[in-house]
Amino acid sequence: MGRKLLLEHAKVPGIRHIDTYIQHGGYRSVHKALKTMTPDEVVEEVKKSGLRGRGGAGFPTGMKWSFLAKPEGIPRYLVCNADESEPGTFKDRYLMEYLPHLLIEGMITSSYALGANTSYIYIRGEYRWVYTILVEAIAEAYAKGYLGKNILGSGFNFDLYVQPGGGAYICGEETALLESLEGKRGNPRMKPPFPAIKGLWQSPTVVNNVETIAAVVPIVNEGGDEYAKIGIGKSTGTKLISACGNIKNSGVYEIDLGLPVDEFLNSDEYCGGVANGKRLKAVIPGGSSVPIVPAGLFYKNIKGEDRLMSYESLSDGGFASGTMMGSGGFIVYDEDQCIVRNTWNLARFYNHESCGQCSPCREGTGWLVKVLDKIEHGKGATMADIDLLWDIQRRIEGNTICPLGDAAAWPVAAAIRHFRDEFEWHIKNPQLAQSKNYGLVKETVYQTV
Amino acid sequence: MYSNHPSHSQQPIVFSQEMLDQSQEIIKHYPEGKQKSAILPIMHIVQKHFGWVSVEAQDIIAEMLKIKPIEVYEVATFYTMFHLHPVGKYVLEVCRTGPCMIRGAEDICKYLEKKLGIKEGEITADGLFTWRTVECLGACGYAPMMQVGEHYHEYLTPEKLDNLISDWKTK
Ligand SMILES: Cc1cc2nc3c(=O)[nH]c(=O)nc-3n(C[C@H](O)[C@H](O)[C@H](O)COP(=O)(O)O)c2cc1C
Ligand code: SF4
Ligand code: FES
Repeated sequence: MGRKLLLEHAKVPGIRHIDTYIQHGGYRSVHKALKTMTPDEVVEEVKKSGLRGRGGAGFPTGMKWSFLAKPEGIPRYLVCNADESEPGTFKDRYLMEYLPHLLIEGMITSSYALGANTSYIYIRGEYRWVYTILVEAIAEAYAKGYLGKNILGSGFNFDLYVQPGGGAYICGEETALLESLEGKRGNPRMKPPFPAIKGLWQSPTVVNNVETIAAVVPIVNEGGDEYAKIGIGKSTGTKLISACGNIKNSGVYEIDLGLPVDEFLNSDEYCGGVANGKRLKAVIPGGSSVPIVPAGLFYKNIKGEDRLMSYESLSDGGFASGTMMGSGGFIVYDEDQCIVRNTWNLARFYNHESCGQCSPCREGTGWLVKVLDKIEHGKGATMADIDLLWDIQRRIEGNTICPLGDAAAWPVAAAIRHFRDEFEWHIKNPQLAQSKNYGLVKETVYQTV
Repeated sequence: MYSNHPSHSQQPIVFSQEMLDQSQEIIKHYPEGKQKSAILPIMHIVQKHFGWVSVEAQDIIAEMLKIKPIEVYEVATFYTMFHLHPVGKYVLEVCRTGPCMIRGAEDICKYLEKKLGIKEGEITADGLFTWRTVECLGACGYAPMMQVGEHYHEYLTPEKLDNLISDWKTK
C-alpha cells in the first residue's frame, strides 16, 4: 500500500474548507516554519529532502531556491505553475480541486523560505471551477490570519493571488508563464538571465509546479531527512501519477518513487492492467513530450532489470531504449492503437502550440504534421518520408529558445526508433492503413537509429 | 469597412457596474504600474458576460488599463480560449489530443457534427450551439471529454450528448 503524504485526506468530506483541513493537521507547517525556523532553515530542509521539481524537468528544488538572487530593496516572487497542459497530465488539477489548502499552505511556507511577500498561482484558464475553489480557499485563509499582514505574529506579511491563463500550452514554460502573467503573449524569453535573477517584472522569481510546492508541507512537518527515506536513490519522496489511456482504472495515484512499473500498471491498487483484456503495446510514462517505449522495453530495461517508477530507472538506456519521468502523465496504449496516428496527432498538438518565435519549431513542427499526415492518411508517402521525418526532428532538437521544440521532436524520434516497421507498413499499404491498425509490433524492435 | 468585419460588435458595448468593479478588484493584485497584467482576467470577465470578445470590448479594456489597443489585440489573438467573433450560446469544446483520441474523441466529433448539423466552428440556425476541437484539457483519464463554459463533461457517450443537448435546448 503506497504511502500518502499529499493525498491522504483528499476524500475527507469538507476538506476543501479550512476548519476541516486544520482538524486533519493542516497549516502545521506554517506554524512550524514561521515560529520556529529561519527562512534559510526551511530551504535547508528542502535541500535535505532531495525533492525534485514535479513539473517535468526534475531539477532539485532546494538548489533552485538557493539560486534566487536577493538584492536589497527589490521584491522577490514565488510563482506557482498550475498551467498543467501537458497531454496525459491531470494531477495538479486533482490536488487543487480536492486539497486547495494544501497548495495554499505550501505557498505560504515556501514564500516565507524565499522571502517573497507576494505570490501568484498561475492556473490554466480552462480550470475555471478550480480557480473558484482556490479563490474561496484563499479568502478563508485570509479570514483565519494565515494570509495577510503579520501572519501568526511572526512579522511575515504575505499576499497570494490566483491568475487565470487563456489557453496556451506554452505558458507552462516558466518564462512564457511570466510573460503571460505580465499581460503579454506567451513568448518564452531568452535565457540567461534566468528567472532567479530577473523573473516577474524583472524581479528575482522562483517558478515551481503545484505538486512541488505541496510537497514542501510534509517536508517541513516531518523534516527533510524523513522525506528522503522514501523512494530510491535520487528519486526521493512520493509522486503523483495521472494514469490514462487504455487501462482499467484511470485516475491520479500517489506512489512511493521506486515502485516497479509492472506493479503500477497491473495491480488493482493502481491502473488495474490494460483494459478489456487486451495486450500492452506501448507506454508514454511522463506526458506526451517524453519518448514512447514499446512494451518490451517498458517492463525491463535493456539490461534485463525490472524498470521502476523513478527518474533514473525510467530514463535508463537514454533515448535509445529508455524514456523519462516527465510530469507523471502515464499514457497506456493497447494492441489496437496506431502509433503513426498517435504520432501525427501529437505532432499536430505541438504545431498548434508552438509560439512561433523560432523557425525550427514553427516551421519544423508544421513539416512534421505534413509528412505524418501523408503517411497516416495514405497520401502517396514513400520510404524516404521516414528519413525526412527523422531529419526534421533532428534539426529542431536543441535549436530553439525553449524546450517545446525538443518536446515536439522526441515523440517523433521515439516512434520511428521503436516502430519503424509500422511506418513502413503504412507506406506500403496506404488503403489498408486507413481502415486498419497494424496491431502489435513483431518481436524484433529495438533497432537504434 | 472594418466595422462589418465579424470581429466587431454590431451593438454598442457597455461594461456593467459589476464588470467594472470586478476588473478594479483584479487590478489591485499587481504592483503599482503593472495593471497590464489584468488583461487575461478581464477578458475572461468580458467573455463570460458577452459570450465573446469583440474589438470594441478590447478597446475598452485598453482604456481601462491605460495601455494601447494593440497591446490588448496581440494578447487576444494569442490565447485560444477567447472567441474573437460571435459563437453559439453553448460552445462545445471537444478535446482531440492523443489520450482522448485513443478513447474515442474522433467519434464524439463525428456524432456532434451529425447531431447538430454544423461543421466545426459554425453556429446552429437557432443560435444555440457551436462545436469545435481543442487540445488537451487536463482530463485525459476521464476521456472522451469536452468543456462547455465553466464545466467539464467527461466519459462522453452519444446518449450523454443527447441528454445534455436536449437539456440546453429547453433551458
Ligand atoms: C513547453 C513546456 C510546457 C511546460 N508546462 C508545464 C506545466 O504545465 N506545468 C509545470 O509545472 N511545468 C511545466 N513546464 C516546466 C516549467 O518550465 C518549469 O520547469 C517548472 O514549472 C518548474 O517547476 P518545478 O521545478 O517545480 O518542476 C513546461 C515546460 C515546457 C518547456
Ligand atoms: S521552441 Fe517553439 S514554443 Fe519555444 S520559443 Fe521557440 S517557437 Fe516558441
Ligand atoms: S488528452 Fe483530452 S483531456 Fe488530455
